[in-house]
Amino acid sequence: MSEYILEMNHIAKIYGNGVVANSDVNFNLKKGEIHALVGENGAGKSTLMKILFGMEQPSRGEIFLRGEKTVFSGSKEAIAKGIGMVHQHFMLVESFTVAQNIMLGMEPKKGLFIDQKEAVRFTRELGERFNLPVDPEETTKNLPVGLKQKVEILKALARGAEILILDEPTAVLTPQEIDQLFEELRQLKAQGHTIVFISHKIPEIKQICDRITVMRSGRTIETYQCEAVSEQQISNAIMGCELNTSIERVKKEYGSANIQVRGLSYTDKSGVKVLKDISLDVRAGMVFGIAGVQGNGQVELVDILTRRKAVQSGEAKFYGEDISRTDQKSIRELSFGYVPEDRLEQGVAASMPISENMISNDLGNNDFQKHGMLDFKKIDAFAKENIESYEIRCAGGSQPVGMLSGGNMQKVVVARECGHNPGILIAEQPTRGVDVGAAHIIHKKIIKLCEDGASVLLVSADLAEILKLSDVLAVMYEGEMVAFFESTEGLNEEKLGLYMLGIERHGPEQIRKAVG
Amino acid sequence: MKGFINLIFSTDFVYSIFRVMTPLLFASMGAVISDVAGAPNIALEGLMLMAAFSGMYFGYLAQSAAVGLLMALLTAVLFAGVLAFFTLYYKTNIILGGIALNSLASGGTVFLLYLVANDKGTSVSLASKTLPNINIPVIENIPVLGSIISGHNVLTYVSVLAVAFTYYLLKSTSLGAHIKAVGEKKEAAESVGISTVRTQAIALLLSGVMCGFGGAFMSMGYVSWFSRDMLSSRGWIALAAEAMGRQTALGSAAASMLFGVADAVSNAAATQGLPSDLVKTIPYVATLVGLTVFSVRLYRRQKEV
Amino acid sequence: MSREKTFQVLRTAVAMLAAILVAFLIIILVSDKPVESILIFLMQPFSSGRYLGNIVETAIPLIFSGLSMAILFQAGLFNLGGEGVFFMAGIVGSIAAIWLKLPVFIFPLVCIAVGAGTGILVMLVPGALRAKFNANEMVTSLMMNNICFGVGCYILNNMMRDTTVSSLVSYKYRLASLLPTIISGTRVHAGILVALFCAALVYIFLYKTKWGLQVRAAGANAKFAKYSGMDVMKAILLVHVIAGAVAGCGGIVECLGLHKRFEWTALPGYGFDGAMIAMLANNNPLGVVGAAVFVAYLRVGADLVNRFADVPTEMIAILQTLIILLISAEKFLHKYKQRWMEKDIQIEEVQHEGVH
Repeated sequence: MSEYILEMNHIAKIYGNGVVANSDVNFNLKKGEIHALVGENGAGKSTLMKILFGMEQPSRGEIFLRGEKTVFSGSKEAIAKGIGMVHQHFMLVESFTVAQNIMLGMEPKKGLFIDQKEAVRFTRELGERFNLPVDPEETTKNLPVGLKQKVEILKALARGAEILILDEPTAVLTPQEIDQLFEELRQLKAQGHTIVFISHKIPEIKQICDRITVMRSGRTIETYQCEAVSEQQISNAIMGCELNTSIERVKKEYGSANIQVRGLSYTDKSGVKVLKDISLDVRAGMVFGIAGVQGNGQVELVDILTRRKAVQSGEAKFYGEDISRTDQKSIRELSFGYVPEDRLEQGVAASMPISENMISNDLGNNDFQKHGMLDFKKIDAFAKENIESYEIRCAGGSQPVGMLSGGNMQKVVVARECGHNPGILIAEQPTRGVDVGAAHIIHKKIIKLCEDGASVLLVSADLAEILKLSDVLAVMYEGEMVAFFESTEGLNEEKLGLYMLGIERHGPEQIRKAVG
Repeated sequence: MKGFINLIFSTDFVYSIFRVMTPLLFASMGAVISDVAGAPNIALEGLMLMAAFSGMYFGYLAQSAAVGLLMALLTAVLFAGVLAFFTLYYKTNIILGGIALNSLASGGTVFLLYLVANDKGTSVSLASKTLPNINIPVIENIPVLGSIISGHNVLTYVSVLAVAFTYYLLKSTSLGAHIKAVGEKKEAAESVGISTVRTQAIALLLSGVMCGFGGAFMSMGYVSWFSRDMLSSRGWIALAAEAMGRQTALGSAAASMLFGVADAVSNAAATQGLPSDLVKTIPYVATLVGLTVFSVRLYRRQKEV
Repeated sequence: MSREKTFQVLRTAVAMLAAILVAFLIIILVSDKPVESILIFLMQPFSSGRYLGNIVETAIPLIFSGLSMAILFQAGLFNLGGEGVFFMAGIVGSIAAIWLKLPVFIFPLVCIAVGAGTGILVMLVPGALRAKFNANEMVTSLMMNNICFGVGCYILNNMMRDTTVSSLVSYKYRLASLLPTIISGTRVHAGILVALFCAALVYIFLYKTKWGLQVRAAGANAKFAKYSGMDVMKAILLVHVIAGAVAGCGGIVECLGLHKRFEWTALPGYGFDGAMIAMLANNNPLGVVGAAVFVAYLRVGADLVNRFADVPTEMIAILQTLIILLISAEKFLHKYKQRWMEKDIQIEEVQHEGVH
């Protein structure tokens, strides 16, 4: 038996639509290590792990598990062989209880029926054994993100996982929650579990991992001992070349407040006050960043401003006009752009061509019409221009958007929303799941728009992004604005973390500076 | 009019509600199981029609109602399997697959009817069998109640059992948990090794069993022959009932009962000399109104927040 | 043409071929003289001008119902109300054709307008319920079919039944209201021109106007349409209005051009046919014309076999099912597609993708 518990040799994966996700991947794991897998978005990490977990079949290549050649026809087989995966997007049935989720697929039975008591008992015991306490009878949708992740880890452990794959586990956690997760992972390692840690945050990796494998463009570049390489070396390996992503900013005076919010509160269906008395001004030429752990009211704030939720109390004004009576349609008549969080959900119509996706927000005007018909000459020219200036990799404007990669799809959304130089741009996680190159282009466009005098409201969970782009910055916690910074100078991710977790907060005077 | 009112309040009328409700109960349970699994079976109408034909024909061939029932079940399950195969394996859109099966049933049964009975309308020329009515001891002797509850076709009682079956299946069994998990979040089910395809296929086959019973009842209980398009949209009414019952067994059964009443009223009214063309539309108008009221209420509730 | 598109065309062709092969199989099983029957099925429709005319005249209502379904499918709506619309538009149009008195050219146009108007009203019931309250349009439209049938029969029986004829038919239409035959020696009537005109109009609407773009966007991703500031509710209503008008035209054109009196005693079945034709045409209005002609060819063939060898024409239903199932089966022939697409991809070449 070799020293490796798992070896994956010369793995290739080509998808039906022709995308080559993995081309020549070599990856191995030693028992009892924490092994980082890093690379840009789209470098092929997730595909490789899906292959390991049996969710995808490799087009080529071999897998050896504990020295034996293995083919996984499905995740069931992978689970049976002691592989567990915690997905980036949790695989939990929200309406089930914690116990039901953990026992799903291996329910204890009493006669024909499920033995609910035994399920609860088993879950409680499991949590105690691995020092990951959970309430088995709580409904999953009521749990905070950190706890959901615990349930996911327990789910894998309950199935006897020895190799645990964690796909970007820290993306949704606060710095303090991350520390706790790392403590738990170290305990699991001590008990002999092998952990694959997928991430693109290098400091974290240096902190917890033993070895590190770098992927780029569907290939494994190199595997290092973690302590033997510097952060800069890892970064260079990931990027392939030095990439300057800093953005030149011209400092100038702010103009009038295009977005004005006063005392905005919102109570959701279950009666929870998810937004509490938010007031802010976003002035022309300003990027107003909003940081916060997901689910602390940012989504509701954006939903209200983009007219998907009603203004219940308080006031929101665009260009000095009250927007409470507008809807998703009439808000488009104002000079307004919105880059939504989930591009596939509402940002694009995947089956329609790039060109039609780029003008979908502009049908109220007659810019692209002639004699009551669509003017395809103009539409195609507009698409072509954007494809060039945003460097969208595609076969032409008539290609369906759904064929593009995530980053290029996002560029289509940004191109459309910035297309007519709106005076207001609301950008929600504008570069999530987008590779560094595309993110850089998107950042440049947002800054350009801002320099041309737009008011930009940026909501992002990516603290590096928010620190880089924001002129002023607020932190939201449990529906409240708990901090406001007039400048991002001297701020770092750790400091923001304290506010995001509600450990520290600014006084009311400081918060009030968000207005004016 | 007075005669009509007397009729409505007679035990015969209440008895007839149970009779007309039977296929609706079966079909709506089939709808619940498949819909909860995230594979909405809209071919209920067609599956029942094919089962009705098959039950009539094989019952006639073997001169045995039991054989007819068995073949009806097999036929419906077989074609539910065809739907499952195409939608789950070949990834045909399940709505289009359902439309295709309904169209197959409607034309295919007439095609076969002509081959076996040389008639494109009904099978009355074939001496086919019916399933027995059952008198429940003790209860049959209770006045009023006895004449309402006792003496129904055996499948009417089975239809009540089908509701109980569906209820407990979804509430307390592991298969039910898998069906719900697959329907609500199939990635979650897949991630623990539950096969979406397999679970949805089982759900579709179970809905096929329900349709088999419903179809057998039509040609071997409700009447004793097969006639073209004899389901008269009962499969679709059952879908409306399932929507109004919010994908629950008990709610859908209650809604089915409501439409059963409308159907019974329509039948009763037809015997009273009211214009039959219009009276026949009562169950459909009732369904349309019912679905409208339901949708408006749902819409209001969602809009409140 | 991209490989994706070529493949789609190929799959449609395979589905058509499979349908014809299944027809062979049925004929072999049922007919006493299988070889002759197959030859009749395949060749006879082309053997004379009269049969070719039969294909065209059969295609006319199929074009209307196919168009009506194509536009509904484009908007992502599964409304099967075409049946009821055909029937009801025929009934109300018949009232006009029997009792109005108008000059030759205008009379049929007025009747068609009446039919289209009826179609709009009928379609708007499921349409409005869907647009406003999100009620399932498939169930409501099927209920409307049955209601239209009941109400239509009531009108037919009590208002316009011709009692001099033993079967249940209406009075004959006024001569001036009829659509004239345009090819002598056949029964091909001016309805074909109306059908082609409608196909062109629907095409322009869907692909050249901003409303068509909104309809397609609403069908492709309703949330995206809303987010882009489109009025999805209006788009759904508009689609139902157009689908109702087109199907309504189809109903009355069939009566005026071919039957010359109202003679449907059951729902004519065009709703389901329309669904299949729209799918064959990939929901493209111009493709609908070709798909309708193909299906009409199958029908005429089946009809001839029926006369010759007593194979019931309902075998068409079996072919239609197969066509729908195969065309909508994304994974059908998928293996070959995968292999074929992989040929294009040089792995080395693609590796440069995504490197910055």
